[in-house]
Amino acid sequence: MASLIEIRKSFLVSIWFMFLTFPIMVIRVNTVENVIQWRWNNMIAVGLGSFLLSFVWRYLIRRKEQGVQRQEESTGLRRSIFQRIGEDRRIFLPGLTVAAVAVVVFPFLVSMYQVNIMTTAFMYIMLGLGLNIVVGVAGLLDLGYVAFYAVGAYTYALLNYHFGLSFWICLPIGAGLGAVFGILLGFPVLRLRGDYLAIVTLGFGEIIRLVLENWNEFSFGPSGIANIPRPGLFGVAFSLEAHSRYIYFIVVILAIFTIFMVNRLQNSRIGRAWLALREDEIACQAMGVDKTRTKLTAFALGATWAGLAGVVFAAKTTFINPASFTLWESINILCIVVLGGMGSITGVVLGALVLVLLPEYLRAFAEYRILTFGVVLVLMMVFRPGGIVSNVRRTYQFEGPDSGDK
Amino acid sequence: MDLQYFAELFLGGLTRGSIYALIALGYTMVYGIIELINFAHGEIYMIGAFTGLIVATVLTFAGFPTLAVLVLASVAAVVYSSCYGYTMEKIAYKPLRGAPRLSALISAIGMSLFLQNYVLLAQTSDFLPFPSLVPDLPFWEPYAHIISSQEIVIISVTALVMILLNLLIKFTRMGKAMRATSQDREMAMLTGVDVNRVISLTFIIGSATAALGAVLIASHIGQINFYVGFIAGIKAFVAAVLGGIGSVPGAVVGALVLGWTESFFTGYISSDYEDVFAFIFLVVILIFKPSGILGRSETQKV
Repeated sequence: MASLIEIRKSFLVSIWFMFLTFPIMVIRVNTVENVIQWRWNNMIAVGLGSFLLSFVWRYLIRRKEQGVQRQEESTGLRRSIFQRIGEDRRIFLPGLTVAAVAVVVFPFLVSMYQVNIMTTAFMYIMLGLGLNIVVGVAGLLDLGYVAFYAVGAYTYALLNYHFGLSFWICLPIGAGLGAVFGILLGFPVLRLRGDYLAIVTLGFGEIIRLVLENWNEFSFGPSGIANIPRPGLFGVAFSLEAHSRYIYFIVVILAIFTIFMVNRLQNSRIGRAWLALREDEIACQAMGVDKTRTKLTAFALGATWAGLAGVVFAAKTTFINPASFTLWESINILCIVVLGGMGSITGVVLGALVLVLLPEYLRAFAEYRILTFGVVLVLMMVFRPGGIVSNVRRTYQFEGPDSGDK
Repeated sequence: MDLQYFAELFLGGLTRGSIYALIALGYTMVYGIIELINFAHGEIYMIGAFTGLIVATVLTFAGFPTLAVLVLASVAAVVYSSCYGYTMEKIAYKPLRGAPRLSALISAIGMSLFLQNYVLLAQTSDFLPFPSLVPDLPFWEPYAHIISSQEIVIISVTALVMILLNLLIKFTRMGKAMRATSQDREMAMLTGVDVNRVISLTFIIGSATAALGAVLIASHIGQINFYVGFIAGIKAFVAAVLGGIGSVPGAVVGALVLGWTESFFTGYISSDYEDVFAFIFLVVILIFKPSGILGRSETQKV
């Protein structure tokens, strides 16, 4: 009996998990008041839960393995639903119009809170697309991306504090400084690859954060900078609500600009050089691509968007401190890129929306928010490692006279 | 130059380095075998500390003598951490063997978030005081002003673990299988090595040393919370990369170098920038020797 074996397996799994979670789930010690709580009902919950979930898990794993087999059998190009929508103009154009109208009307229909969340989501689209250039397209694993975000934010905050420069002047300066820092990081890591690159970029991000935290004369230390002015529009006075709408529109326009630019970049000469670099560094050099220049432009152009988003972030929150630029922030952005689908613009946009909005709306069960987030990350990677929209490489399809029956 | 001060910093660095080494081992061994940065390794360490604390408290209530509490709590921490490491590998990494490396990394990050919040929800978000489990050694009394007996225990346990591990890897059948797997997994499989067992064992050993470190460090520092694993994990990871990731002696050397760097920089220059020095040092080392201090430099095949 197959099902009896299944039940036995699940039973063993549930015993294992009951054993595993015993000290942490069941016993709670309070070393201050010297009391020990025993919570046996947790153990029953874990046992039952893991018993049922193990069935689901095995079923999904089996389905995944079958899926892999099927994929190996069929040799044709599998296109995801998003690509098909993107190619079919009859669906694509009206879809785009609806989305555009929705984006424009959105801030007038909902509360300020919702507008702010959407603004954040669009900012993360910019960040995700920027990191996508470095990680997804050029294949350089960067764990310190948030440093450039911090550079942008502090550029605006400090220039405004010392010289009274306005948001619109600081926006290009922030982007430029982001690029400069990108090159600064790029130079020392030119020779490194893979995980060494990851740890050095991680170190770079931490160095920037720690310097901001400790150099009190320069950055006002952990207490941060407050009262950063919101962006103006020729001296028009806004109410608080109108202002958050205004910032929303600025971010939307910047995000669309980013999408446009990144799309053009990916299909350009330099974009193809990045792809070649990701696939094989040596073959890429042999084909005459300048490795140094290509890597540096990837870092610089990736960091530009973070600098831009940083300026907007400072203007939006009106208060910044180093605590906003921790390693977890970098990891969050990396998750957007990988979860959305590396190298795919649609994927990154969707990934940013999901990763920002999901935890935000999961606030209802706030305690379990990050727990669920962790589970989602693991499950997503196990069952769909390519991300939401896996990127399909641009290929030329040769349609000769004898391939008409295809 | 004040020799006494120098000796203090040197020994402080040694203790610190030993602590990093115990955690870095797990990183470097896992990386050596499946080329994965196990981001959740710090969380395994944290779970070891919590299990140790819980078992120690329960046993102290039951009236066990201190030495028995120390031994049993350490054993429980090691056993549970190993089990967590083993289960984690089966759930989050094994289905991802053939997937791109970044996917496995994200899965590890997800696991790390999950474990952190699991402990946060099941236990508490506050700092818990950790009892000082390691007793003061009476025969060490005359030297206690130079280095406390707790520190000497940490250093000697680390040394012992390293020697045992080296013997295991060099001279046992399992060690041979581990070396074979890290060189070429498919070839090892063809010659009859049970690769799944080797990988599980690697996770178990790495988790066990991390748990051992966790109990020693927590009783040395005196408090833990659900977040301790993250910082310790990052530092240990830096140590592993510094020494050349994938190499066991490299992890020890990297950890000691990192410990001394931090100790001397904070002692002689400034304590504000402790972590900055550690990272700058890492960057400088990697620029001049991109494969770490003891790492083999890989030749790239075309």
